[in-house]
Amino acid sequence: MTTTDTPAIPRTPLERLHWAILATWTITGRDLDHWVRQPAPVLVALLFPVMLVLMFGYLFGGAMSVPDGGSYREFLMPGMFALTMVFGVEATMLAVTTDAARGVTDRFRSMPMAASAVVAGRGTADMLGSVVGLAVLLACGLAVGWRWHGGAGDALLAVGALLLLRFALVWVGIYLGLLARNPEAVTAVQVLVWPLAFLSNAFVAPATMPGWLGTVVEWNPLSATVSATRELFGNPGWGGDSWVAQHALLMAVVWPLVLLAVFLPLSVRRYRRLSR
Amino acid sequence: MTSTTWAVAAEGLRKRYGTTTALDGFDLTVREGTVCGLLGPNGAGKTTAVRILTTLLRFDGGRAEVAGLDVASQAAQVRHRIGLLGQHAAVDEVLGGRQNLVMFGRLYHLRATTARRRADELLERFGLRDAAGRPAGQYSGGMRRRLDLAASLLLAPRVLFLDEPTTGLDPRGRNEVWEAVRGLVAGGTTVLLTTQYLDEADQLADRISVIDHGRVIAEGSPEQLKSRLGGDRIDVVVRDAGELPAAAAAVARVAVATTEVDRDTRRVSAPVGDRVAALTEVVRALDDAGLAAEDIALRRPTLDEVFLRLTGRPTDEEATAA
Repeated sequence: MTTTDTPAIPRTPLERLHWAILATWTITGRDLDHWVRQPAPVLVALLFPVMLVLMFGYLFGGAMSVPDGGSYREFLMPGMFALTMVFGVEATMLAVTTDAARGVTDRFRSMPMAASAVVAGRGTADMLGSVVGLAVLLACGLAVGWRWHGGAGDALLAVGALLLLRFALVWVGIYLGLLARNPEAVTAVQVLVWPLAFLSNAFVAPATMPGWLGTVVEWNPLSATVSATRELFGNPGWGGDSWVAQHALLMAVVWPLVLLAVFLPLSVRRYRRLSR
Repeated sequence: MTSTTWAVAAEGLRKRYGTTTALDGFDLTVREGTVCGLLGPNGAGKTTAVRILTTLLRFDGGRAEVAGLDVASQAAQVRHRIGLLGQHAAVDEVLGGRQNLVMFGRLYHLRATTARRRADELLERFGLRDAAGRPAGQYSGGMRRRLDLAASLLLAPRVLFLDEPTTGLDPRGRNEVWEAVRGLVAGGTTVLLTTQYLDEADQLADRISVIDHGRVIAEGSPEQLKSRLGGDRIDVVVRDAGELPAAAAAVARVAVATTEVDRDTRRVSAPVGDRVAALTEVVRALDDAGLAAEDIALRRPTLDEVFLRLTGRPTDEEATAA
């Protein structure tokens, strides 16, 4: 047997942190390798929102009315940006469930590596993927006539609000992924995303809905991010009479933090329960 | 328990899942540099024992040491000294074989150059060099298992745990894995192997512990266990249940222990000493009695018979079926 220069076990907190960061980077690199090895699902994930933009922007767009009388495509794009962040949950969940079902999670757990690195690497790769997805969709928006009308700072804040939602949803995906027994369960989430999307202000302004339904839609966490994004980009359709519509920027921060506060501890607890 | 010659030492391990008792006072010692086979039916507690010893599962009572380290209080150090081959081939199916090994090597904190060198060594050793670039998902079952094995050997572990390493493999895949394990053992690695197959334990293990209902009910070398169980058996199946007494008489002439008669399957079965002589004798006796048997076969004792002999009752599956 060949000699292997076995690395020493980290003893100080600083060494442990160094190990955790290296491992996080390795796991991130692994997920990026997946994109290179299997480009087809990545392309589908990038192009599906583009297809939705074309479908809603041109096919249904003529029948849609925007409260302030603005362009429907300008109204639609912030909704599509936020919805794309929600679609990311499926990617996170699928990756987590597949690792658990194939025994890869157990292999990681039997190795001398930081447990946090598995999750942090997953999150980093997913966030990178979302940045790319958002860039593609921003370019698509520009191509169909969408523009931002505020300053560059507001535009960056809008991107920040979108990525904050995605970051919160990484934890939802990790939790659901640990909960699911097999990768097929992801299909259920793929279906359930749609009621969430249609019960938001992404496609249609709540003002056009029956009163009670409009209220439900306005309180949807997705709606807060969509409204805030519209406001920051200076696109039509934001605002409204209700308190929650008036405070979209606040709610676009509060909702993701609430999701984080719920799903981060749940995910950690679920991961620990693997050893029960 | 303090002796350093034990690679694995478990004492009175207990583990419950809700109302189910998975381990009920599980004791096991494995000497360094040997192969221990943990043999038992589904649900006997084999996987639970392996998951506890590899720090994946907490336990409710007892104590366990691996490589001289306490599994509960020194889990991080234990993980440095073990390799685990779980029930599934735990490799990334999208990445190539080499990519897999380099990734796991980096997660073991090998330097990038060391990880690549080690990956190439292991690919060569397990005959995967030509497939190194292909995604592991395209490998055959045996190849994937060998890659899995290579991944658990990146740090040259002191103790290697193999949980049913050949379940679901075809005979060729099983042979490939057996060869790989034999190579390791020749290199001095301590191996704890769980299996449902008597012949697998027989092929690989220096000592076998038979586990049932969460505790070890027998242990010894394969030879010791086999001699306790009796050797080969002869089975005679007759066409008509009425012919059973005559067939039983014929079989009893060569049986070295009790002849068993099962009316439902019209089968007479008994352990025999000399295989060939017994077969010749039984065929002649049946012929003399004018009986035309539907089937005559010589076979090794099955795991069910092992259990019947060791515990005086059939395994759960049989008991439920009956």
